[in-house]
Amino acid sequence: MHLSVNGRPHELPEGAVLNGLVAALAADPRGIAVAVNGSVVHAADWPATALYEGDRVEVVTAHQGG
Amino acid sequence: MQIAGEELAPLWLGTGGLTSLETVRRVVAAGAPGLVTVSLRRVSDTGDGSLLATLSALGVRVLPNTAGCLGAREAVLTAELAREALGTDWVKLEVIGDEHSLLPDVVELLEAAETLVGRGFTVLPYTTGDPVVARRLVDVGCAAVMPLGSPIGSGRGIADPHTIETVRAAVDVPVVLDAGIGTPSEAAQAMELGCDAVLVATAVTRAEDPVVMARAMRLAVEAGGLARGAGRIPRRESARASSPMRGRVGR
Repeated sequence: MHLSVNGRPHELPEGAVLNGLVAALAADPRGIAVAVNGSVVHAADWPATALYEGDRVEVVTAHQGG
Repeated sequence: MQIAGEELAPLWLGTGGLTSLETVRRVVAAGAPGLVTVSLRRVSDTGDGSLLATLSALGVRVLPNTAGCLGAREAVLTAELAREALGTDWVKLEVIGDEHSLLPDVVELLEAAETLVGRGFTVLPYTTGDPVVARRLVDVGCAAVMPLGSPIGSGRGIADPHTIETVRAAVDVPVVLDAGIGTPSEAAQAMELGCDAVLVATAVTRAEDPVVMARAMRLAVEAGGLARGAGRIPRRESARASSPMRGRVGR
């Protein structure tokens, strides 16, 4: 299925959950936050959050800034 | 100065533009800031991922910002993500009107501030030098107001000192000068005008020697705060001798 992850097209098998996607993007989940379709998903809910065709996922962390 | 009951040093530092984590460490040590700001960005777009680990090892408070957000909705989501990622409900709320001027969009700012206060955030909004807007931000529950001295990154100092004084007089929450500072004398001036803290980013991070500049800013902010408390003399039209006129030689 096709998703958008951090603004880029992303391919995932049917039945994929959020936890696996986050682990693929960030080695250490500390300091990471995730939103799916504009809503924050708490880290505790990542394993149980199924992803679907067309989902927009944002995976962010702290960066230098003013 | 205090925010939400917490005592903070009056120099706040932005980390944007520092070239290495080692420089981050040395700048924080030299500036002894009350807090440092960070932005929230997509993981694939970030460089070294251990900024947070570096800052937490230094024991300095981290304030996430919503820099670059162009609307209330985007800023609220960024603040929610920051709370999740950093475990803090403090946020420097920045909603800009366009990417050229980086000036605050106060209509969107007020809407975002009200929403975030309602969701339990401690909101520190980057705003204009307009006392009416400052009062409205306080009315919706902001914990401080952060008026700009001049545009972000411009280094032009405090373009109109009177606006900062009027914001100071308009609100009873802390006032933090945010944006425009280029050099320590301007940071001292902000404190002399009645600000409770000064947030400096570019002026330190892009200085030729950021570590020495961080120290200079710390000293300037301290000097300005002391001067505010000491009470400056009134300005006079004419000279007034400080040495006695009586007893001069040859008179």
